[in-house]
Amino acid sequence: MASTTAHKLAKSQKEISVSEFFEKNRQILGFDSPVKSLIMGIKEGVDNSLDACEEAQILPDIVVSIDRVDQKEYRVMIEDNGPGIVSTSMPNVFGRLLYGSRFHAVRQSRGQQGIGISATIMFGQITTGKAATARSKVEGAEAAKEIDIIIDTKKNAPVILREDFVPWNEKAHGTRVEFYMNGRYVTGKQSVIEYLRQTAIVNPHATLTFIDPDGKRFIFGRATEQMPPLAKEIKPHPDGIELGTLMNMIKVTKEKSLVKFLQNDFNRISERVAKEICNASGLPETTKPSNLSLDSSKQLLEGISKVKIMAPQVDCLSPIGESLIRKGLKHVLADVKPEFYAPPVSREPKVHTGNPFLVEVGIVYGGDLPSDQQVQILRFANRVPLLYQQGACVVTKAIENTDWRRYGLEQRGGSGIPFGPAIILVHVASTKIPFTSEAKEAIASVPIIQEEISLALKACGRSLKTHLNKKERKTKTRSKFEIVQVIIPLMAEKTAKIVGKPVPDLRGTLTKIMNVVWIDDSVTYDKGRHRVKVLVYNYTPKQQRFRIHTVLPKGSLDMASCNLKPLEIKEEEKVTWELPRIPSTAMYEVSFDLKGMDPEAFSETEVFVSGINPVDVMGADPLPGDWDLQGVNFTEVEAPAVVQAAEDDEEEPDYDESGEDLNDEQ
Amino acid sequence: MMSNKRNTDAIKRLYSISESIYNQLDEGKVPKMVLPLRTKANIKFDTRSNVWKYGNLKGARSAKKVKGALMLLRTSYMLELIQEMIETNKSSTLREAYYISEGWGRAKFHSQDESNMLAEDLEIVTQCLREDFKLRPEEDGARVIGDINLVETDRKGKQKKLNCRDDVGDSGYGIPYNVEKEKLDLKDTSAKFVIAIETGGMFDRLVENGFDENFDAVLVHLKGQPARSTRRFVKRLNEDLHLPVIVFTDGDPWSFRIYASIAYGAIKTAHLSEYLATPSAEYIGITASDIENYDLPTDKLTDMDVRALNAELKDPRFNTDFWKGEIDLMLKLGRKAEQQALAKYGLNFVTDTYLPDKLSEFGLIRK
Repeated sequence: MASTTAHKLAKSQKEISVSEFFEKNRQILGFDSPVKSLIMGIKEGVDNSLDACEEAQILPDIVVSIDRVDQKEYRVMIEDNGPGIVSTSMPNVFGRLLYGSRFHAVRQSRGQQGIGISATIMFGQITTGKAATARSKVEGAEAAKEIDIIIDTKKNAPVILREDFVPWNEKAHGTRVEFYMNGRYVTGKQSVIEYLRQTAIVNPHATLTFIDPDGKRFIFGRATEQMPPLAKEIKPHPDGIELGTLMNMIKVTKEKSLVKFLQNDFNRISERVAKEICNASGLPETTKPSNLSLDSSKQLLEGISKVKIMAPQVDCLSPIGESLIRKGLKHVLADVKPEFYAPPVSREPKVHTGNPFLVEVGIVYGGDLPSDQQVQILRFANRVPLLYQQGACVVTKAIENTDWRRYGLEQRGGSGIPFGPAIILVHVASTKIPFTSEAKEAIASVPIIQEEISLALKACGRSLKTHLNKKERKTKTRSKFEIVQVIIPLMAEKTAKIVGKPVPDLRGTLTKIMNVVWIDDSVTYDKGRHRVKVLVYNYTPKQQRFRIHTVLPKGSLDMASCNLKPLEIKEEEKVTWELPRIPSTAMYEVSFDLKGMDPEAFSETEVFVSGINPVDVMGADPLPGDWDLQGVNFTEVEAPAVVQAAEDDEEEPDYDESGEDLNDEQ
Repeated sequence: MMSNKRNTDAIKRLYSISESIYNQLDEGKVPKMVLPLRTKANIKFDTRSNVWKYGNLKGARSAKKVKGALMLLRTSYMLELIQEMIETNKSSTLREAYYISEGWGRAKFHSQDESNMLAEDLEIVTQCLREDFKLRPEEDGARVIGDINLVETDRKGKQKKLNCRDDVGDSGYGIPYNVEKEKLDLKDTSAKFVIAIETGGMFDRLVENGFDENFDAVLVHLKGQPARSTRRFVKRLNEDLHLPVIVFTDGDPWSFRIYASIAYGAIKTAHLSEYLATPSAEYIGITASDIENYDLPTDKLTDMDVRALNAELKDPRFNTDFWKGEIDLMLKLGRKAEQQALAKYGLNFVTDTYLPDKLSEFGLIRK
C-alpha cells in the first residue's frame, strides 16, 4: 500500500514555476525593502541598456526618471538608445524570467543571468497591480512597437494586454520601459543617485541622465568616446571546474570521444593537452563521454588538475582599463578635488572554477574627502556598482586584510577598513562572478579572487605611499626653500641697511642651510599639451654637473619644445639630459612639452639623477638599477653613511623648538 | 613716556644684535643667536637673591629653521620700530606692536604670543626691560585697598598724593603698568601685612567685610596670573614698606603656579625674577589639606588639571615637602576647590574664621 501514499504525494506535488518561486522569495532577487526595490528595479533596467548598447557598439545615452504616484507608489521609466528589440522577442524579454541569450554564454556581462528586467516588471505588478509598458524600435523601422504587459506567474509567460505601433521619430533606435512599483525614494550612500553616480564612474563611455521625483535633472556626461572592447564568448576553462558542471557538460556534449570532448568543449585545450589529461586521468582517449561514470568523472577532474593549462585569453573579459578608470573617477569626483589619483592597476586574468576573471583597483586621495572617517569603498562587478552587503563581500575582506599603515592610511592594529581621505575602487570582471546570492550584492570569498584583489590593492597602495612621501618631502623642502629664497635675503637687506653696509654675498650662508641640489618639477596643461618644468637649484658650495633622467609616456615628447636637447632617448621613452655646469647657488631649468595626451594622463614627473652623489640631491631619486643604460658611461656613487659637515654641528638645542608651554596660565 | 638714557642703551644693544646677524651673513655663516633656554629644566635657585633664575643651558635661535629665521628677521624690524618710537617720543602697547607688524610683509607676527615672546627674548639678550624698548603692556586693572600713603606722578607730570584706602572708591587703587620709584613713591603704611588675592569675588568679599581695617591688611587683587606690574608692586610693598606678603588663591594647580610666580619667579620671566619675585611670600590656601579639613565643596580635577599637577611634581620650584605633600594629596583626592567655596559656612566665615585661623598659624595676627 506504500505506493498509494506515494501516488497521493505525487498528486499534491505540482510544478512550481520560476516566476511563482520568485514571487514567494522576492528577497532572493534583492527586492527586500522599499528603498532597495527601487534601486534594484532601476539597476536591472540600466544594466540591460548598457549591455545592449555595448553589444551593438553604440555609445549609451540612458535616461532614468522616477515619478511619485502616491506615498508608496512610483512610476519608473528607463530609456536607452540601444539597438532595440525585434517585436517578436519583446514579450519574452519583458515577460519571462530567465529568458535571454546570456544565460548560456560564457562571457562577461552585467546582467549575466537575464533575470533582471522581467523580475522587476513582475515585482511592480505584484506590488501595484499595474501593467508595464515597453516600447522598442530597431534601426530602419518606421515606427516603434509598444506593448502593455503583465506576467502570468504560474506559467512564467507574458500576457500582452495591448500592442500598438507608435511613431517614435526622435529616436533612430532604442528601448523604453515604464513600470509602476512600490518603493521609497531616498538619497545618500545607498540610493538610486549613488548607484547612477558609481555606474558613471565605471562606464565613462555612457551618458546617464536622471530625473528625480521632484523633477530635478542630473546629468553624468560621458568622459570618453571610446567604447569598451566587446567581450568575446568563450568555452569554459577547465581550471577549477566543479564536478557537477563537468558532468553536465559530459551529458550534453556532441563529441564521441573523451579526447575530442576535452579539445572542443573547453577553452585552451589543444589536442596535445587533451591527450595529456587522458593520460593523467588514466582514462583511454577513445572513451565515450556518455560512458563516464561518477567515479571516472572524478578521475577526469583529478587529471585536469595535474596538467598545466594555459590561462584563458583576455578578450572574453572587458576590463575598464587604467586610463578609463582614472578618467571615470576624475569626471565624477571633480567636485571633491582629490589631490591624487593613484595610477589604477589592472591585473592579468586568472581563473576561478573554470571562469576567467580579472581585478582592477583605483585609489583616490585627498582634496575635500573627509580625513577622519573610514575610506569609501566602491565595489563593482562587471561594471555594475554593488551598494549592499559591503561586509559580506570579498572586496571588503581583501581591504580589511591589507596593512594600510604601510601605504599611508590610518588603520588600528593593521587590519579592518582603514581611515583617511581616500576612495578605494575595486572592479572584478568575470564571465561568471561568484555572488553570495541571487541578488548579486556581494562577491563570495573565493581565495584566488581575494588574493588577486590584495595584490592589486598593494600595487595601488605603493603608488599612494610614493605620492605621500613625495608630498612630505616637498613640504619639508618648501620651508627650507623659503628660508633661502625669501627670509635670508630679507634679513641681509634689513641688517645691511641698519649697519649701513652693502648687502653681503649670501652664497656661504645659503649653501650651509641647504647643502643640496634641489630638484622641483611642475606640470601644467594647456591646449592639448603638458608643459613640464624641472628646476634644478644648486645649493651646494661647489659647482655641479650631472645627468637627469625621466620616463615619459610613449611618443609624447615634443622634441622641438625641449630647451635642452636630450642626450639620449631609449625605448619606452627613457629620456636622459646632460645638464650644463651649474655654479653654486645658481638654478637651471629643463623644460619640455608632452603632446597628444588627456589632461589627466600625466600629473607628476619622476626625476632620477646620475653622476652625482644621491645624498646631495633632494627631490629626485638615484637612477634605479634596472634602468639599463647601455653604452652610456657613468658611475653610480654609493651613498656614504654620514655627510653632515662637522663644522655646522651645534652644541645648543634649537631655542624655538624647546616644545614647552611657557605659560603658567590655564 | 619720555625717552631717556635707558632707551638709548637699549637701542645700542639691539643694534649689536642686527650687526651680529649682518656679520654672520657676511662671513657666510648661518645666522644664530644664543639665549638661555626658557624651560623648567633650566631654572636654578639663586641663593644670593632667593629666587629662581635661568641656569646655564643655552639654546640657539638659528636661521636653519623657518621659525628661527623669521624671529631673527623680526629682531631687525623691532629695532627699527623701537628706534623710531624713541626718536618721536612715543610708546606702544604690546598689542599695538603686534598690529604694527602687519606692515612688515613676511616678517609679520602670526599671533600676539609671538610678538610678546620676542619682546621677552630681547629683554633677556640685551638685559633691558621692555619699558626700555618703549613697549608697555595693556592696563590690566589689578587693584589695591589698604592704608598706604603714596605719591604718583601722573600723565601730566603732576604729583598726586593719595591714600589707598581713604582716597579711593570701593574698587580700590588701580595699579599702573609702571610702578618704579620715579612713577610711584611709597611713603608709609599702618598695615601689618599684604594679602594678595586671586579672584575678584574674594577681593570684594574681604573689602565688604572690612578685612583691611579690622586686621590692618593691604588687599591686592591679583586678577588671575598677576601681571608684571602687580608682582613688582607687591615686591615693593614687601621691600620698601617691609610688609609680609600672604597669597590667597583657589585650590587648584593653576593657583599654585600663581603663588610660584609671586614667590619664586615665573619660568617665562625668570630673567626678571630678582626684580619681580617676593621670596618671603607665604601661601595661605586654599590647600588640598583645607579641602579635607574644612570639608569644602569641590569640583573634579579635569585631565588638564591632572597633567598640570604632574608637571608641577617635576618643576624644581615645587620641590619642597610642603608642595609635594599638597600636590600628592590633591591628586589623591582628585578634587579642587574655589576660594569662594568657604561661603558654604556663611559670608563671614572667611574673614571671621578661616583667615584669622590661618594667619595666626603664620604669626601675623594674634587671635
